[in-house]
Amino acid sequence: MSAPSATPLLAIRGLRASYGKVEALKGVDLVIKPGEIVTLIGANGAGKSTLMMTIFGKPRARAGQIEFDGRDITGAATHDIARMRIAQSPEGRRIFPRMSVAENLQMGADATNSNDADRTVSLERVLTLFPRLKERMTQRGGTLSGGEQQMLAIGRALMSRPRLLMLDEPSLGLAPLIARQIFDAIRILNREDGLTVLVVEQNANHALRLAHRGYVMVNGLITLSGTGTELLARPEIRAAYLEGGRKT
Amino acid sequence: MGPDVAAPAPNQQPAMRGPGIAFILKKSFISAFVALILFSLMIGIRTLPSESGQLTYITRFPQLAAMVAIVFGGSIIVELLRQWWGPVDTLRIVPPQVQTGLGIARRLLAPMLLIFTFLVPVIFYDQRYILDLAILVLTYVMLGWGLNVVVGLAGLLDLGYVAFYAVGAYSYALLATTFGLGFWECLPLAGLLAACWGVMLGFPVLRLRGDYLAIVTLAFGEIIRLVIINWQSLTGGPNGISGIPRPTFFGIPLTPGENGLAAKLGIDFSPTHRIVFLFYVILALALLTNWVTIRLRRLPIGRAWEALREDEVACRALGINTTTTKLTAFATGAMFGGFAGAFFATRQGFISPESFTFQESALVLAIVVLGGMGSQLGVALSALAMIGGFELFRGFDQYRMLVFGIAMVLLMIWRPRGLIGHRAPSVFLEQSRAISSDLVKEGHG
Repeated sequence: MSAPSATPLLAIRGLRASYGKVEALKGVDLVIKPGEIVTLIGANGAGKSTLMMTIFGKPRARAGQIEFDGRDITGAATHDIARMRIAQSPEGRRIFPRMSVAENLQMGADATNSNDADRTVSLERVLTLFPRLKERMTQRGGTLSGGEQQMLAIGRALMSRPRLLMLDEPSLGLAPLIARQIFDAIRILNREDGLTVLVVEQNANHALRLAHRGYVMVNGLITLSGTGTELLARPEIRAAYLEGGRKT
Repeated sequence: MGPDVAAPAPNQQPAMRGPGIAFILKKSFISAFVALILFSLMIGIRTLPSESGQLTYITRFPQLAAMVAIVFGGSIIVELLRQWWGPVDTLRIVPPQVQTGLGIARRLLAPMLLIFTFLVPVIFYDQRYILDLAILVLTYVMLGWGLNVVVGLAGLLDLGYVAFYAVGAYSYALLATTFGLGFWECLPLAGLLAACWGVMLGFPVLRLRGDYLAIVTLAFGEIIRLVIINWQSLTGGPNGISGIPRPTFFGIPLTPGENGLAAKLGIDFSPTHRIVFLFYVILALALLTNWVTIRLRRLPIGRAWEALREDEVACRALGINTTTTKLTAFATGAMFGGFAGAFFATRQGFISPESFTFQESALVLAIVVLGGMGSQLGVALSALAMIGGFELFRGFDQYRMLVFGIAMVLLMIWRPRGLIGHRAPSVFLEQSRAISSDLVKEGHG
């Protein structure tokens, strides 16, 4: 599926970032090739979300380099990064509760200055992917169920027609069946649209099955990487992330 | 007491009306019972000193009964009102015909109000007092709509809005008295200057939210006022500026002289002409504010304001430039405040720092909050109620604040989101409906 020889879409080298004096990223290297699904797994507080947010420009990188499609985007402003068509679905969904589903989706397209034709195409795509949103277009975002809100958050990110989609814990707080639907949607996006996806997950089992490649993050450092099946087979991964908790 | 009342439910529409009526009666009985206990000693028995100096008592059962009856009846009315106004999903006891009637009335309210407003100078031509009051109300409607952009749409709590009102007023007053510029030339300048000040306030408070933002804006409002008081050489200090020129009708003054509008039109001069003219000027300005706000809400920038109010983190995650979004909200709101200020200056002919105290900011903010944050009609209605109400209760000076305090508390209990808390969507489905209909054909086969 992935094109291994292609130049990376996103290349991160020696990235460091911190909140005040607390260093959250201590020199991270990570590569995402076009058309790949890459997952980043790790425990709470390992720095997964920070890495995603640093790619998006906030917090700023202290050291290291982030290259998107051959261009250095280290230290660029968040809205400029969004305009290069990197989209993000933040942790905890964070949809706009008092705005309608239609307005929520439009918000996703606003930041990238898409024209009306592009908006129509994106909207059509989002609604075929998540037909449930279609029935809810006039409803307020806050009245949706958790799963629908996650669909809306992903749909909103897709409205900017991203080249790289970054999802922070898309399965958080969802029933297993709904989580599977979300992961299926990501798979479809990757297969049919060739969308490159970075998924940050705690649900290592699901995420590694979905992804072509995975990275394991511990305390602000990448400790392991490999293909999804490779990582799933590693005994230390099984011990730390799969069998430690409840088996699902 | 309750279950007995609930059992004999009325025959007609038992499912809808029965439990509602029972519930209301039960609640009213409880209220009446509490009132009975409470008032039995307070009202029912009165102690008097007898002739021998001992304390005796008399009973006042009729008064007690009347009081309890008032409480009983009152709580039924309160409950009914609550059903009328309450949240959508509550069971309603009000018959559907009345409800649809109310729905139609609600939809017609805005156009009717607008038509009425246009006709005010015609209807009340002879009543100077009412015309002046109407101008005052419209000024506050405009201020409310202006602040609504900042507080209602963008969700930035601004306690110093009067600063922009002052900037607008002083801009016009100073430009007119020193450079002899007319009202219509100064109006855009006053708006522009106020907008600049809006941006200047916006920059330092970009990182602040909620309480902290409120404190800084409050301080900003005070700083502007103190600067005006102390910069005597420019602003005249506490003495203010007088002799501010009146507005002209496209260059033709509304004066009794040869060149006046009345003379040119060949009609008798009347000082009311100017009042009517001022009325339509402020009406036009207010409607401009309203129109611009409604237009902006449908554009990405207006949507970004509302999104910012909802969730700033999500906005950033979507790549929305929160800096420009906040600054444009401050600037737009300030600009309308500046327009209103310029109008205020030309209407009064005299301005002083006393007109721009924190109380004004608080009043405008109260109008916005009571009206329902973000609702244009709600803000207009609450401006009418607040300013008009203040005047109405002028006779009972002592109780006026008490009445308003109680009214505000009640409103916040029943309508915590303001008079019109419903938020109208700004994206309509014309475009997406076309898509979704053919998607329905494919998807649901």
